Amino acid sequence: MELLWILVKILIVFGVVMLHVAYATYFERKVIGHMQVRMGPMRVGPHGLLQPIADGIKLFFKEDVIPTPADKQVFYAAPLICLISAVSSLAVIPFFEGFAIANINIGLLYIFALSSLASYGVVLSGWSSNSKYAFLGGLRSSAQVISYEIAMGLSLVGVMMMAGSLNLTDIVHAQMSSSFKIYLIPQFLGFFVFVVAMLAETNRTPFDLPEAETELVAGYFTEYSGMRFALFFLAEYIGMIIMSCIGVICFLGGWSGPFHVPGLPFFWFVIKVYLFIFFYYWVRATLPRYRYDQLMALGWKVLIPLALFNIVLTGTIKSISG
Amino acid sequence: MTPGTFLPSDYLPIMVMLIFATGFGVVTLWVGRYFRLRRPYAEKLEAYESGNPPSPPPRFRFSIKFYLIAILFVVFDVEAIFLYPWALVYDKIGIFAVVEMFLFIFLLLVGYAYAWRKEALEWEK
Amino acid sequence: MVQFLFFYFAIAVIGLGITIVNSRNPVHGVLLMLVLFFHMAGLYLLLNAEFLAAVQVIVYAGAILVLYLFVLFLVTLREEVRISPFIEKGYWMGFVIAIAMFITFIKGIQNFTLGEHGAYTIEKIGQLTHTKAMGEAIYTTYILPFEVAGLILLVAVVGGIALAKRERKGA
Repeated sequence: MELLWILVKILIVFGVVMLHVAYATYFERKVIGHMQVRMGPMRVGPHGLLQPIADGIKLFFKEDVIPTPADKQVFYAAPLICLISAVSSLAVIPFFEGFAIANINIGLLYIFALSSLASYGVVLSGWSSNSKYAFLGGLRSSAQVISYEIAMGLSLVGVMMMAGSLNLTDIVHAQMSSSFKIYLIPQFLGFFVFVVAMLAETNRTPFDLPEAETELVAGYFTEYSGMRFALFFLAEYIGMIIMSCIGVICFLGGWSGPFHVPGLPFFWFVIKVYLFIFFYYWVRATLPRYRYDQLMALGWKVLIPLALFNIVLTGTIKSISG
Repeated sequence: MTPGTFLPSDYLPIMVMLIFATGFGVVTLWVGRYFRLRRPYAEKLEAYESGNPPSPPPRFRFSIKFYLIAILFVVFDVEAIFLYPWALVYDKIGIFAVVEMFLFIFLLLVGYAYAWRKEALEWEK
Repeated sequence: MVQFLFFYFAIAVIGLGITIVNSRNPVHGVLLMLVLFFHMAGLYLLLNAEFLAAVQVIVYAGAILVLYLFVLFLVTLREEVRISPFIEKGYWMGFVIAIAMFITFIKGIQNFTLGEHGAYTIEKIGQLTHTKAMGEAIYTTYILPFEVAGLILLVAVVGGIALAKRERKGA
C-alpha cells in the first residue's frame, strides 16, 4: 500500500517534470527568438505550441546509429547514467509543504552525490564513442563539472550553517522563521557563487564549452543519435530544473510567498522556478562563451576563494551575534 | 534496537525512484527498437570527422593537466565533506568549533596557495 | 526484508568485486566499480549511517573514481601487456595460500565479539540525525585526528603538484 502511494507520487512528479522539460525547450526557442527579434517556432500548431511534441515523436522514430569503433556496453550505459542521476534527484525536492517523494535528512548531500554521478555519463560517452570530438568534449566537460562542483558545494555551506540542517524541507522552514524570510539577503555571496556554478554544472552558456559547436561539433554526444541523444537532452533539462529547484529552496524561500494562494500550494515554488529557468535563457541570449582557460581560472581562482570567504564571514558573524 | 535490524524507511522511496529511473530509460530504448528505422552502412557507422575518413588514434593520451585538476578536486571535495557536518553543529559547540575549522581551512589554503604559486591552477603554459 | 536487502547488497558487492578484478577492460571495471559503490552505500544505509552513505558516493564514486578514470586515459593502454607469473609454476602455491587465508578469516570472524556500546545509541542518533551526531563526535572528541586529516590533505596537494607539474626554467 505504501509502495503504491510512493509510485503514484513518483508518476505525478515525473509526468509534470517531463511536461515542463518539453515546454522548457519550446520556451527557450521562443524567448531567445523574441530577444533576437525573431518569432521562434511558429509552424506546428498555433504559435508552434505543438513543436516539442513533434520533436519528441521525431526523435523516437529516428535511426539509432551506433558507430562501429564504439565500445558497445559503455556506449549504451552512458546516456542511462546521465538520465538516472537527473531523474533520481527529483526524489528529494519538496514542491510544497509536506510533499516530497522522500523526505530524507541528507537531502542536499543526495543531490550532490547524484550530480557528481552525471560527470561519468559525460566522460564515458566521450570515451566510448571512440571519436576525437566526443573524447575531447567529454574530457573538457568532466574537468569543468568537477571544478565547479566544489564551488557549488562550498557555496551551500553558508545555507547549511544558517539552517542547521541538510533536509530540504527543514531548510525552507528555517528560512520562513529567519529574520529576512529568504537567505538571498544574508547569503548574497553564496547565492552569486551558486548561480555561476549552477550554469557551469548544467553545461549552459556561457559555460557550454563541452558542446562548443564551432570547435567540437556537438561535444561528448557527437556520435549519439535518436532516442539515445534524446536521453542526454532530457537529462540536461531535468538537471536545469533540479538546479533551479535547489536555488529556490536554499535561497528564495521554497514554497513560501508574500500571500497564500488558495488551492495552489505549489504556486510560489513554481513561479520562482520559472524565474530561474528564464534566467538561464536570458544568460544564453546575452553572454558569449568563455574560453577554456578562463573558465577554469574563474572556477578555481574566483569562485572557490569567494565561497570559502563566505563561510568564514558567516561563521564569524553568527558567532559574534550569537 | 541494534544496528542492522530495522529498515530506514525514509529511503524506500529513493530506492523505488532509482529503479523507476533505470526502468524508464531501459524501457524507452527497448520499445523504440521495434519502431525505429535501421539501415546501417559502413560510411554511416564511421566515427564523425567532418566527412574525412577518421585518422587513426582517437583516444590519444591527453595532457597531465586533467590529472592535476582531478587531484585538486579530490582534496577539496574531502574538505567540503568535512565542512558539511561542521556547518550543522558549529553553533552548538561554540567558538571552539569555529577556531578549529578556521585552522583546518587555513591548512587547506596553504596547499591552495602552493598550487597557485606553482601555477597548477593555470590552464595554458 | 532487512535480511533480504543485506544479503542482496553483500552478494552484489562481492560478485561485482570479483567481476571487476577479472574484467579485461579497465574502463568497464570502473563502470562496475561505480555500481559497487552504490551497493556499499546501501549497506551503510542499513546501518543507519546515512551521512556515510552519502560520503561513500560523493567521495569514492564522485571523486576518487574520476581520478582513476583520468589516470586510465592518461596511460591509454593500446595493447595488453602480458607478464609471466611472479613465481614460475606456482599455481598450486597460490591456491594453498588463498585457502589458508580463507580459513584464517573464517576463524577470525568466529572469535569476533561486540565491543562496549558507545555514547551514541540508535535512538540518540535518530533524534540528532546522523550527520549532526558525526559532527559532534568529530569536532569535540576526535578533533586531533581531524586536524591531522587536514595536514594529510595538504601533503596530498603538495605531492600531487610536485609530481605532475613540470618546473619551467627560471620559475
